[in-house]
Amino acid sequence: MQNQLLIGYDDRHTFLNRLSGSTKLLSFVGLSVIGMMTYDTRYLIGIMIFSLILFHFSKIKYRDVSFVMSVIIGFSVLNLVMVYVFAPHYGVDIYGTEHLLLGSSNHYFNLTTEQLFYEFNLLLKYTFAVPLALIFLMTTNPSEFAASLNKIGISYRISYSVAIALRYIPDVQSDYRTISLAQQARGFEISKKAPFMTRVRGGVQIMLPLIFSSLDRIEVISQAMELRRFGKGKKRTWYMAQKFQRNDYLALFVVALLILIGIALFKVNGGRFWNPFK
Amino acid sequence: MQNQQSNSIRTVVATGIGAAVIFVLMKFVAIPTGIPNTQVNVSIGFLALLGAVFGPVAAGLAVFIGHALNDFVTYGSPWWTWVIVDGLIGVAFGLAKNRLKIANGALSTAKLVWFNVYQIIVNFIGWVLLAPTGDIIIYHEPANKVYVQGVTTWIIDSISVAIIGTILLVLYSRTRTQRGSLKKER
Repeated sequence: MQNQLLIGYDDRHTFLNRLSGSTKLLSFVGLSVIGMMTYDTRYLIGIMIFSLILFHFSKIKYRDVSFVMSVIIGFSVLNLVMVYVFAPHYGVDIYGTEHLLLGSSNHYFNLTTEQLFYEFNLLLKYTFAVPLALIFLMTTNPSEFAASLNKIGISYRISYSVAIALRYIPDVQSDYRTISLAQQARGFEISKKAPFMTRVRGGVQIMLPLIFSSLDRIEVISQAMELRRFGKGKKRTWYMAQKFQRNDYLALFVVALLILIGIALFKVNGGRFWNPFK
Repeated sequence: MQNQQSNSIRTVVATGIGAAVIFVLMKFVAIPTGIPNTQVNVSIGFLALLGAVFGPVAAGLAVFIGHALNDFVTYGSPWWTWVIVDGLIGVAFGLAKNRLKIANGALSTAKLVWFNVYQIIVNFIGWVLLAPTGDIIIYHEPANKVYVQGVTTWIIDSISVAIIGTILLVLYSRTRTQRGSLKKER
């Protein structure tokens, strides 16, 4: 039950599964932060290829993630269209030159190479972390994840909150389904066919029982934890914690190297953008 | 001292369960508004209740964890500026706890009006001032696009808290015993 977090964890016996959770967490956070900062196309493509290679080695079946992929692609396309509608000259502002492809320069909607290039960068930024995130989600045991949060220095109370969240998401989800079916049996329409206000009212009718039963659950669990003397000690050990092995150090070294290259590129480019139009 | 101890456990549990509920609400009760990446967010109504009952730490962390996990499984990576702003709004809602004193029983109309004015201001600071500015600085997105998203989210979230949040606060406060409701018999 615990492992069915929408797209599920499964032990696929690859080297990625054997890496400790802390290594994967640090690598993911590090790479996604540097990818968030940089607008260097070469670097983003490099990271993208690197993460696709890792994705290939992780033996995750495309079938398992195709739905998530389609949601992400839809989200990115919508965003790119919106950026174009609101700011069709933004690329020109950033790169300082103008190469017209369609339309003339005094029209609001014209197409420049700079704008296309900027939006291509945006697309890379929206998607480069996706393979990494999928690898992280599908090769890390949720219980080990909390242990690794504690290991990288986050207080064990917060780590434990995350553990509780991961543990109870499936339970809350099944509560939600039960309540939803019960309310539909009583005649509340919540499907897409219903008008907007009916849907909202239906949503509230599901929320109320769900929230009040969750508040009860908070009381029950905190009393149980108090009986087991949670929070008495300064530290806590974790059943699922893993020791760092040779491969973990190796992986962290590779990621650190990639991040350093990213930082060095800020210096080389004189800023966050790589400008091929100069 | 004893009481403080059990309060801190309750905060840990409320954070975890709160994050789970927020995650589920964001995932399943999302009604799109027509502007990309902005949805009628019912979870923020729940956040108002969570803040009023368990305080700033639990509410802030719960929405941070719930939102980050939801982004993680839906979009691949969390959109950090919005996740952080959501966390700050949770903290702000939690700060209303001492003013509302919801554990002492029924809320007066004056308190509810005060809370709604407060939440609209908090949402304004979060979604119109902080979130778009963060998007411009960190993600380098065009200004008018992120401001449109921000203003839409501000309006929707304020309405959502005003309706769902208020209903939840009133219903919850009715389940508490009114302070001073016991009288000594003569």
